[in-house]
Amino acid sequence: MMNAFYSKWLGGKRGAIELAVLAAFIFIVMPLWLDIFRLNMVGKYLTYAFAAVGLVMVWGYGGILSLGQGIFFGIGGYCMAMFLKLEASDLASTARQTTPGIPDFMDWNQVTSLPLIWEPFHSLTFTLIAILVLPSVVAYVIGVAMFKRRVGGVYFSIITQAIAAILTILVVGQQGMTGGINGITDLKTLHGWNINTNSAKYILYYLNGALLIGAIVLCKFVLSSKLGRLLLAMRDKEDRVRFSGYDVANFKIFTFSLGAVISAIGGAMFTLQVGFMSPSIIGIVPSIEMVIFAAIGGRMSLVGAVYGTLLVNYGKTAFSESFPSLWLFLMGALFIGVVMVFPNGLAGLYDTYLKGRLEKVMAKLRERGPLRKLSPVKAGVQK
Amino acid sequence: MLSKKSRFSATDSCGRSGNGAAVPFRNQIALAVVGAFMFAAAGSAFAETPPTSKVNTTHLAVTDKEVIVGQLHSSTGTMAISETGSIEAERLAIEQINAAGGVLGRKIKIIEEDGASDWPTFAEKAKKLLEENHVAAIFGCWTSASRKAVLPVLERDNGLLYYPTFYEGLEQSKNVVYTGQEATQQVFAGLDWVAKTKHAKTFYLIGSDYIWPRTTMKLARKYIETVLHGKVVGEEYAALGSTAFGSTINKIRLKKPDVIYAAVVGGSNVSWFKQLKAAGITGKTNTLLTLSVTEDEAKGIGGENLLGFYSAMKYFQSLDTPRNKEFVKQFKAKFGADAPIGDVTQAAYEGPWLWKAAVEKAGSFDTDKVVKAEESGKITFDAPEGMVYLEPNHHLRTRLRVGEWRADGQADIVYTSDYIMPNPFPKGY
Repeated sequence: MMNAFYSKWLGGKRGAIELAVLAAFIFIVMPLWLDIFRLNMVGKYLTYAFAAVGLVMVWGYGGILSLGQGIFFGIGGYCMAMFLKLEASDLASTARQTTPGIPDFMDWNQVTSLPLIWEPFHSLTFTLIAILVLPSVVAYVIGVAMFKRRVGGVYFSIITQAIAAILTILVVGQQGMTGGINGITDLKTLHGWNINTNSAKYILYYLNGALLIGAIVLCKFVLSSKLGRLLLAMRDKEDRVRFSGYDVANFKIFTFSLGAVISAIGGAMFTLQVGFMSPSIIGIVPSIEMVIFAAIGGRMSLVGAVYGTLLVNYGKTAFSESFPSLWLFLMGALFIGVVMVFPNGLAGLYDTYLKGRLEKVMAKLRERGPLRKLSPVKAGVQK
Repeated sequence: MLSKKSRFSATDSCGRSGNGAAVPFRNQIALAVVGAFMFAAAGSAFAETPPTSKVNTTHLAVTDKEVIVGQLHSSTGTMAISETGSIEAERLAIEQINAAGGVLGRKIKIIEEDGASDWPTFAEKAKKLLEENHVAAIFGCWTSASRKAVLPVLERDNGLLYYPTFYEGLEQSKNVVYTGQEATQQVFAGLDWVAKTKHAKTFYLIGSDYIWPRTTMKLARKYIETVLHGKVVGEEYAALGSTAFGSTINKIRLKKPDVIYAAVVGGSNVSWFKQLKAAGITGKTNTLLTLSVTEDEAKGIGGENLLGFYSAMKYFQSLDTPRNKEFVKQFKAKFGADAPIGDVTQAAYEGPWLWKAAVEKAGSFDTDKVVKAEESGKITFDAPEGMVYLEPNHHLRTRLRVGEWRADGQADIVYTSDYIMPNPFPKGY
């Protein structure tokens, strides 16, 4: 039982070490190193990491480049924002409005009653379920429409990008319902719990980290299963898998939906930690940025995606703080540099330079102590 | 430059009040009072500055020599083109304040952050400025969306923001001073003017589809229908960034409104005016009053496409007063002769000066004390647009002007209103 858990969920010894290092980094190093302001910022970056992890599954293993991961990030974020906004729009704090009790932006847009679609978001349970179900339904529909017709490759990428654009236009256009370009702002409490206090920020940071690690573990489990190997096979020679009698489309739909749900969880955590949600986070540009995070981290590495996200966002913040007028060029240089020097991203860098040394150390440790031999690492699953 | 002038005038009036035998008695007293006041004002710059422990009890970035403020605009991204003027104007104001001795004897140092036209980034940078740099004030934001994103941060960390853009109103935060006009200030007087001079009865409203045009048009419609007893024959909103106005223009031709009342923004603005001209709707054939064209936009749209149309703003670069001419000269000397100065740029210039006035009235940099000074109703500034008065509701009492566009991208001012009280929460609208 333990062994199965170890090899299937954590990805064997190397996977376990990687996860342990990441967990230590998120849970111990960061909080000790950074003050609450910077930590909250890292928390925000880590929410993007959900989307990047989802992309490693969809793109790295599934071979489907989705340029619309922001769609699902947005769905999760907006669901959470709708719940929080309804809670912030109680009668007392909206007494000044023409119609008290509805969110302020609705009042500004001459909406006089709460739209039907908002009603269920009074319930936290419904909201949490919606965050998980809604993106998977959307991804399922997109997936069925695309993969069953064998739309793939660059066409799929373009269509996902178009959907991201459509969603942005829809959100901006239906401002009475969505807050338009301003988004849903001024969120305060979650079930009476003030999300803007320092203690809340710590708790949300840890919750976010735990969910992220959980998402990675889930992905590892999927990859270590038969499905994972099928995914790899599909990516490399799709026709062979199809001729072997597998319905390729279904696997793709599943992976795409899984990536979508993971992104949506990130979106919900984004809303909680940043305190608002706006269409600028769900459109084409952020969706492409998410692909960049995954590429920098190494598109075959779940853990690498997290580091990639952190590195890019740290670069953004640091460069823009030090060189407010030059920073975009520096970011561009970073992207070009990474792709030129280590095309497999940070994970590739690790594989080339560090892995060998680490394994030597491990071998020495093994000689010294009679470490119980655990089930072997499955080759090809963890690259 | 400014500093020298005020100091000269101080000694000047002191001198005159000293040998004032020839001056009538009442004027003598007045001069003495003015002289004493000026002397005190000039003196404070030389007297030792108040100790930091006294003017800063809330751990702001204030030392004996300097005070740090933040500047938070988009210098990259889609909004950069609009916000550059504000960045420059604020810098100019701060430079001039420093040359005049600073604020409470302290030189202002700027930490600039780039909001990158991205609302979460604005929130992040505002937080950084307040929590890491402990800035005494922030000058910045441009779009409503960026202000809305920053607002919770300001309120939580009790920071100060000076916000320069004309906007939709419906907001009044103790932590923000709005140096641009809120919607009622921009809408009513302009409509009055157009109804009176053009005998307008029918109006066609068109705006970009977001909160500012929506709110503005809501006010305009009500005012047209109830006060002017006119008729709104069309109300339309174009998606942000939309560039196709063909069907709107056809409808306008069909309805033949007396006035086209427009609040189209950004890239759409350029297409809107070019397509109007292509369709033969020009300043000669139609009356068009817009709320969203300043000299900055005029440069992009092209003066020939605007010729004869009207804008309702509180400031135009062409304003013919000595104070404005001096300002325009200083601005051009620093940022180039072809840098246009629009309404928002001038409003941004007011920010640092109003903050300085509030801090000096409060005798402290502490946010709560500065806010109290801001709300005292006694903060004024002799701005390029004329005297402005900071009202207790954090908005400015100013005038509205209507400008008629010339082919060179400048406007002739054809109407100046009386002072208009700011009213961010208009009743009955």
